[in-house]
Amino acid sequence: MIPELGNFALIIALLLAITQAVFPIYGAQTGRVTLMRLARPAAHGQFFFVFLAYLCLLYSFVVNDFSVTNVARNSFSQLPVVYRITASWGSHEGSLLFWVLILALWTLAVALFSRRLPEDMVARVLGVMGMISIGFLAFLLTTSNPFLREFPIPMDGNDMNPLLQDWGMIIHPPMLYMGYVGFAVAFAFAIAALISGKLDAAWARWSRPWTTVAWAFLTLGIVLGSWWAYRELGWGGWWFWDPTENASFMPWIAGTALIHSLAVTEKRGAFKAWTVLLALTAFSLSLLGTFLVRSGVLSSVHAFATDPARGAFILGFLVVVIGGSLVLYAWRAPKMITGGQFTWFSREALLLGNNVVLLAALGSVLLGTLYPLFIDAMGMGKISVGPPYFNAVFVPLMAPVLFLMGIGPLVRWRGDSLPDVASRLKWALAVAVATGFLLPFTLDGFNPWATLGFFLAIWIALSVLVSFRERLKFSQGANRFSRLAALPLGFWGMQMAHFGMAIGIAGITVVANYESEKTVRMEVGSFTEMAGYTFTFRGHTEHDGPNYRAARGVVEVSKDGRTLYTLHPEKRIYNASGMPMTEAALHPSIWRDLYVSLGEPLDETTGAWAVSVFYKPFINWMWLGATLMVIGGFLAAADRRYRIAVKSRADAKAGVAAQGA
Amino acid sequence: MKRWLPLILFLVLVGFFAKGLFLNPREVPSPFIGKPAPAFSLPLVGNAEASFSPAQMQGQVWLLNVWAPWCVSCRHEHGVLMSLTQAGRIPIVGLNWKDKDREAAALLAATGNPYAFVPDDLDGRVGIDYGVTGTPETYVIDGEGRVAMKHVGPIDMDVWQKKFEPKLKELGV
Repeated sequence: MIPELGNFALIIALLLAITQAVFPIYGAQTGRVTLMRLARPAAHGQFFFVFLAYLCLLYSFVVNDFSVTNVARNSFSQLPVVYRITASWGSHEGSLLFWVLILALWTLAVALFSRRLPEDMVARVLGVMGMISIGFLAFLLTTSNPFLREFPIPMDGNDMNPLLQDWGMIIHPPMLYMGYVGFAVAFAFAIAALISGKLDAAWARWSRPWTTVAWAFLTLGIVLGSWWAYRELGWGGWWFWDPTENASFMPWIAGTALIHSLAVTEKRGAFKAWTVLLALTAFSLSLLGTFLVRSGVLSSVHAFATDPARGAFILGFLVVVIGGSLVLYAWRAPKMITGGQFTWFSREALLLGNNVVLLAALGSVLLGTLYPLFIDAMGMGKISVGPPYFNAVFVPLMAPVLFLMGIGPLVRWRGDSLPDVASRLKWALAVAVATGFLLPFTLDGFNPWATLGFFLAIWIALSVLVSFRERLKFSQGANRFSRLAALPLGFWGMQMAHFGMAIGIAGITVVANYESEKTVRMEVGSFTEMAGYTFTFRGHTEHDGPNYRAARGVVEVSKDGRTLYTLHPEKRIYNASGMPMTEAALHPSIWRDLYVSLGEPLDETTGAWAVSVFYKPFINWMWLGATLMVIGGFLAAADRRYRIAVKSRADAKAGVAAQGA
Repeated sequence: MKRWLPLILFLVLVGFFAKGLFLNPREVPSPFIGKPAPAFSLPLVGNAEASFSPAQMQGQVWLLNVWAPWCVSCRHEHGVLMSLTQAGRIPIVGLNWKDKDREAAALLAATGNPYAFVPDDLDGRVGIDYGVTGTPETYVIDGEGRVAMKHVGPIDMDVWQKKFEPKLKELGV
């Protein structure tokens, strides 16, 4: 009964999505206010019914209703309740329903927080979001229905993929989807502006906070995914340039370019066409990511749906949405008149440089991700593109962007004097260059990659300090703290995100250049040494989990003869699937992680195991830096400016209306 | 013209995606196609004194099916293999791969044995010679002992009709 209720709710949601897409846009084109006003109630209703459908699926998972195929395939009676809940978005069908739920949530947010926007703009934005929703709901109902039943009813489920049974995976997909789908708002604003032909700076201001919030969620989602891979895959790696990772990274790069380009369009009215194109690109890449992961066009360690019918549907949908929006763009592009003159050395020019290089980096990731497909489609064989390509191409491309990051925020709009900026930054540059060169010598000799990384990290961090010092001169307040507090949130957000980038680069540089790892055969009582620590293997115990059996190793870590910690890496065998899983044990600290994972048992009689030991210096700086970027994004989006600006515009309008009356 | 550029780029991508939908990324070509099947000699499951070597099959077209009792997909294709053997379509040799728990003999006795021989590759070394990436995998080996085709994944009737039958016709069986 409950699954059928969910199915009906989805059908009603589809009908409401059609209502939300058709009437408000038609009303906006013909100037009928009653039709435009249908947008908000339709959005509210759609959210209600999608949420209801989702609750029905959740219920089926929680009560172990194995008559529902989706539950039987992805859950298991012994699975702990928290994983039964997350299993509801772990499968193909469930994750798509979740996608639609997040879209409905964003639509609801736009409907609620757009009271001060012109009615026709709201109608068009919600209408475009309704169209996207139609596509996904139709996809769900026709090819990927999560509520299909199965007869005879299986005795038990197949269990959730053990890899996903981790709490990093509990929150990774929701955050990632908030980011992916959040770009739909920026997309809808851009399309609405293209349809109406009113490509002024106002739409840039309206879509800015939405885009920044989506970007912050996407950042968080990607980082959680990376953190999960680091702890759960047991290889000590944190980024694999896997197609699925790239699928989330490409919209992130486009989104990063977009939030910078939106700043120029809002403040200076320049780059309009470019900003619109980026808004279309960021969401198109999110859809493309969905297509790549869901259709099985690219094989990947975690591509979990391979089905040509589904792939064909998504491809058709991509053609309609992306193709349609690009046709609209080409048609309207001549109407976009770029305003605002600027010289070659101005904040505009530097942000343009940032955008061009970011897009080149994006192109390199896209090429590497799709290259195997191109080669295969042209019948030239099977190849795979691995980390060496990405590291060789992506890292050098990003270096100039990161260098510009240190200058851009200190340069004035329209035009600035290079000697002047150079003199403000000369100490920062000198310190960064000197540290970049000298620091590697204190570690293990000259290393160009470490030099580049240290230089960029220190350069950006010092530039943030210089920015604060200069802004404080002009800030009002009795003492330093009140003057700091008086700085706008937008400034705080940007600087915090940039500082987070500096911290992150420092972390990546150290861990990539100075980590150590080894895999050794360890018998009970034998030890191995790394980075001053002694790891002693004390054997293993058998241990029963809720839905798995584990061999739990005991590894003592000591330094200078004193025992510091005991780590318990596990090798688990999951009951339902029989899948073996490595559960690494780590001891984190701000300066380093000690990471131990159990390989294979080598000798049953002596109790010997293959054990991998990793020393990961500064790895937590990466997660810390990324967290600062996320907080920075949320701070920037919360800037009062967006609310006041919109409000004063609405007040002005109300004033005109009052005068008219 | 410049404003149409994004659309043109996108349409080129779509062309590749459309093509990509009908390609199978899991289909990895075996470097052994057309090469002699690697030789081996392994004891038989249930009769360790007897052994099997590909040379015994010289002169006939046969299938080398790599399977394992612990492999779930192998159970899915078991029925198809049974019906092929019952119809006398082609001799099938079932390489029992990494059967650490020694379950093969009991399983075949219980569910039926579609294989002419079941060589026992306990440590998986023959699997390495053949480049086995996982079970099940099936090789078509021709009368001169060369690998004619490799299939990764379970065989169902659809795969059999579309992939194996044309190849067997080509080999004149």
